[in-house]
Amino acid sequence: MIKTKFDYDKYLRKNTLPHIWCPGCGDGIILKALLRAIDKCEYPKDDVVVASGIGCASRLPGYVDFNTIHTTHGRALTFATGIKMFKPRLKVIAISGDGDALAIGGNHFIHAARRNIDITMIIFNNYTYGMTGGQYSPTQPLGTYSTTTSFGSIEQPFDACNLAQAAGATWVGRSTSYHAVQLEKFIVSALKHTGFSVLEVITNCHISFGRRNKMKSPVEMVKYQKEKAIPIRSAENMSDEELAGRFKTGIFLENTDKPEFSSEYRKMAETLKTK
Amino acid sequence: MRQVLEGSMAVSDGVRMVEPHVISAYPITPQTHIVEHLSKMVADGNLKSEFIMVESEHSAASVVLGASACGVRTYTATASQGLIYMEEVIYNIAGMRLPVVLTVANRALSAPINIWNDMQDAMAIRDTGAIMLVAENNQEAYDMHIQAFKIAENPDVMLPVVVNVDGFVLTHTFEIVETIDSIEKVREYLPPLDMKYKLDVDNPYSFGTLGEPSVYMESRYNLYNAMNLSKKVIVEAAREFKNMFGKFHGALIDTYKMDDANTVIIAMGSVIGTIKDAVDELRESGKKIGVLKIRSFRPFPEDEIVSALRNVENIIVMEKAVSPGKGGILSVEIRDTLYKNKMASINVNGYILGLGGRDITPKNIYDLVVRAEREENVDGKFIGLRRLE
Ligand SMILES: Cc1ncc(C[n+]2csc(CCOP(=O)(O)OP(=O)(O)O)c2C)c(N)n1
Ligand code: SF4
Repeated sequence: MIKTKFDYDKYLRKNTLPHIWCPGCGDGIILKALLRAIDKCEYPKDDVVVASGIGCASRLPGYVDFNTIHTTHGRALTFATGIKMFKPRLKVIAISGDGDALAIGGNHFIHAARRNIDITMIIFNNYTYGMTGGQYSPTQPLGTYSTTTSFGSIEQPFDACNLAQAAGATWVGRSTSYHAVQLEKFIVSALKHTGFSVLEVITNCHISFGRRNKMKSPVEMVKYQKEKAIPIRSAENMSDEELAGRFKTGIFLENTDKPEFSSEYRKMAETLKTK
Repeated sequence: MRQVLEGSMAVSDGVRMVEPHVISAYPITPQTHIVEHLSKMVADGNLKSEFIMVESEHSAASVVLGASACGVRTYTATASQGLIYMEEVIYNIAGMRLPVVLTVANRALSAPINIWNDMQDAMAIRDTGAIMLVAENNQEAYDMHIQAFKIAENPDVMLPVVVNVDGFVLTHTFEIVETIDSIEKVREYLPPLDMKYKLDVDNPYSFGTLGEPSVYMESRYNLYNAMNLSKKVIVEAAREFKNMFGKFHGALIDTYKMDDANTVIIAMGSVIGTIKDAVDELRESGKKIGVLKIRSFRPFPEDEIVSALRNVENIIVMEKAVSPGKGGILSVEIRDTLYKNKMASINVNGYILGLGGRDITPKNIYDLVVRAEREENVDGKFIGLRRLE
């Protein structure tokens, strides 16, 4: 159960509120889950860094009272990498939209995964470029509509979780902004993992995506998340046909064997010093 | 046809008239409407172009570079962060002498992130080798895009042309625009692109290969010369446009009430409209004041500026960009022009206004004129700052 009395104010920069998100946007739910998760992990506020790129999702760091940096479109992970390498003891969290993470920033995504650097990346996947008004995104499902795919998208979308695993991330999971309790748990697990952890959160943007795809209201979008999400276990017994148009949720991978980059780097530095 | 058009629509409709073969762009505020309109035109069958979606501005610029190297007409648009992300490719487009046309919906640069208008983005690509034109209003934006292709594709030029259109102030504002009815007439004005050097299997060429010290400098020299030659071509393009379509907004520069002026305000872009209104009022109170609009920032119209300023005593340069550590950018170029032409005795005051969307009102302009009367050769003065507590 979520404690209803959770004191969000403790972690919010109230002077930057109200936030810019549209009423009914899923991003606020993820923000709250993130705050509860950080609280559960008992990280001192000053030990947490939240880095983001540009987009609706990327506005998150402005509202939270940690060390935060709102950077350029697609580059959250590069700034986060710099921070982690210089101050490895900090808990570094990168926030990106699907466009930020996988379109303009896709290159950084695979390289962070390959290195297995200890950063927790949360991808807010709303299938679209919310901030710029709903252009096609690399996660946009086949056949869905956007301002730049008027007849339905014919481009194959990325599966962020498959991509993360293939590229070398060591913790990979997916939840939704509807499954708020699970979401919080997953964030805790991702944060506690040492190595590159990628949590994809399917979130709702009724304004830029829903309106063009017969889901005008947040309610319809949340229903979509509820109905289309299939836990990994249940998916095991389902045929490809049954799985079509749905997405799996759960933790796909938790690998603690692979060395983490920033600590390998320190080790190397130490050996060179003693030589 | 007279229509009420949003600036973005004026731009996209102008682009539609030249029928580019390939369009590629990545969305960024305040450019998005331009690309969305074009995407819709293509989807609706009103424009036969390949519309290629990409994952970043760097890719958009690269797509049009590649397509252009195949000898077809290409177009892209961006703003702000997107433009500076494209910069690497713009240098390449210019270096390969490809006639790409690019709209910039001028917007401030990060950090802090700001989506509103100024011209710092354009100034950041000043030296890429792209021709840089600046539109004053939606009508000029429409007309300038058609001219831009003609300039870019001239065999003596063969350079990218950047058309600057103030973000929001123009891109999101509706004005009456007289559009051209006959696409045939535009085809007459702008004949099909015929590139001498292109990627052609029957007659192969290489683009962008290593330019060793023995040839690199010559290639830059050729580019430099082409930029100078383009002045004549820009003037011709404006003149011919006037003859065929009846519209003229100046060639390299434009002047307003300069005949007897002893004070002149120099600026570029949409702020010219506000300045003209302010100048009308100032003239009523007896001030002999005029306006010089820079229409082509690159190539820089030195000769035209010199002849326009021959009898002037005071110059006020208003700009929405700044070079930290120096001052204004346009103001420095104006001073340099005057100095070279032995006109250094003219008093030039350079002011920075309107960064990141700060409004520039007629009152700002009256105040500036009064202030400039007291000042001598100041530069990089910020106008309209809030008092910081
Ligand atoms: C270099 C650059 N290109 C383009 C933009 C414009 N832009 C801002 S946000 C955005 C996309 C946002 O989509 P996403 O990353 O999926 O995040 P969302 O807004 O949906 O949360 C774009 C293209 C930019 N800020 N910088
Ligand atoms: S545009 Fe979409 S993603 Fe952005 S705040 Fe609104 S609902 Fe959320």
